[in-house]
Amino acid sequence: MRDGPPTRAEVCAAAIADCFAGDGEILANPIGTLPVIGGRLAKATVAPELVMTDGEALLVENIIPVGVDNPEKVVAGWNPYRAMFDVVWSGRRHVMMGASQLDKHGNQNFAFIGSHAAPRTQLLGMRGAPGNTINDITSYWIPAHTARVFVPAVDVVSGVGYDRARDLGPVAGRFHHLGRVVTNLCVLDFETPDHRMRLRSVHPGVAVEEVVTATGFELAVENDVPESRFPTDDELEWIRQRIDPKGLGEEEVPNP
Amino acid sequence: MIPDKRVTIDEVAAEVRDGMTVGIGGWGSRRKPMALVRALCRASVKDLRIVSYGGPDVGLLCRAGKVREVVYAFVSLDSIPLEPHFRNARQSGSVTTMELDEGMFLLGLQAAAWRVPFLPTRVGLGSDVMRFSPSLRTVRSPYDDGEELVAMPALELDVALIHMHRGDQGGTGQYLNVDPYFDDLMCMAATRRFMSVEQIVATERFLADGPPQSIRINRLMTDGVVETPHGAHFTECVPDYPRDEAFQRAYTASAKSDEAWSEFRARYIDVTEADYQQVVKS
Repeated sequence: MRDGPPTRAEVCAAAIADCFAGDGEILANPIGTLPVIGGRLAKATVAPELVMTDGEALLVENIIPVGVDNPEKVVAGWNPYRAMFDVVWSGRRHVMMGASQLDKHGNQNFAFIGSHAAPRTQLLGMRGAPGNTINDITSYWIPAHTARVFVPAVDVVSGVGYDRARDLGPVAGRFHHLGRVVTNLCVLDFETPDHRMRLRSVHPGVAVEEVVTATGFELAVENDVPESRFPTDDELEWIRQRIDPKGLGEEEVPNP
Repeated sequence: MIPDKRVTIDEVAAEVRDGMTVGIGGWGSRRKPMALVRALCRASVKDLRIVSYGGPDVGLLCRAGKVREVVYAFVSLDSIPLEPHFRNARQSGSVTTMELDEGMFLLGLQAAAWRVPFLPTRVGLGSDVMRFSPSLRTVRSPYDDGEELVAMPALELDVALIHMHRGDQGGTGQYLNVDPYFDDLMCMAATRRFMSVEQIVATERFLADGPPQSIRINRLMTDGVVETPHGAHFTECVPDYPRDEAFQRAYTASAKSDEAWSEFRARYIDVTEADYQQVVKS
């Protein structure tokens, strides 16, 4: 088992776990290495009521490790892609997605960069982002916080931000809710009067100025920005022994 | 007496004509009817509109110059997130797209299957799905709530191509992995429906391999069935075989230059299915 003080990746995992804590009995659906580690950490510790998948079509009740072939699964449901839409459209999911671009209102792009006729960079496409963001709580994970990701304006709106949701009016936008944005540097949220992105906490060892410089728009920054919390000993044990025994999170976010 | 709907790969390819809308089953790089896709790449057909939860089916057809438009929500190789040939085709402007959310895609197929012009959904509101497809309309609820929703139009297919693990000669099909994807809907949304299978078996065999609900494709949904052992290669077709990751990397490398593609094409596309299977086995 790894020992030593908590790493940056482990701080990220705890911050991600905090995104799902308090959600209640919903499908926590983190996408990406550290999101999965953080989501399973929440289920393993403070939020056992969370329902989670094996990353594919099964709902599993035990905490399975990441990056391990054929882990033992306590299967408690069949959730093929078609059933996932039932979950999403009925409002019982919290997804954490990635983003190639994100603006201050939380508009997200991972479809393509440039023009529709001939994109400069073709990325994933719309995937499920329009449906996720208009139906359920959505959070984001950005493993490398840079001004290339946090941009003044996204090229394509795949995930709906607060300004667009507001323009839809109170009926059409009533299920839209963005949670937090966790990055390798900090935690961001939209808990401002006009839902502009705010710096919620900086990870230990990160200066506020560093985040501001790596963000291509003006963040809401309060006077005393708290530090993100360290994971507890119990959480470290879960991460290092049970959830991420191979240290894949450390590869996604290397310790500075 | 069970009808005999067995056809050949080339007979299926000949059903697809210039300008048609073709739906392809599977999801990403999983259980794709690749033997049929390879045959389409060899055929003279062009200007196709491809409707797919996209994987290498889309990339190959784009690279082979068969595609006018891709109706998609993603095109991915799963273990390699971005499909290299699709990216090249998009970035050179050689194919246009209809940008859809994964769920709108399902509703479009369902609407076509149910023969209704559209299905209402909240999905798409506020996003650029509407901006890139100006033909998309919204609809207002006729009830007291008056809510405005997206009217996802029916995605009517001329031809559907799917791949199942087992089938019988009548065109009944069975999947043995955990996810049926949307293959039944693809068939129900299409005028002509063709299914390749790993193995054609006696109908009595189905329940020995899986429960009744694994017989997802009934014979109302198909016009032809063709046995193509290993026919989803190089995509995943568990439990029969996993994705061929080494081959998928070679496929990805073939997007690096025209020379690399020519070599790939000569070796793996411009050959018979039997020769292809011989080459990839060795």
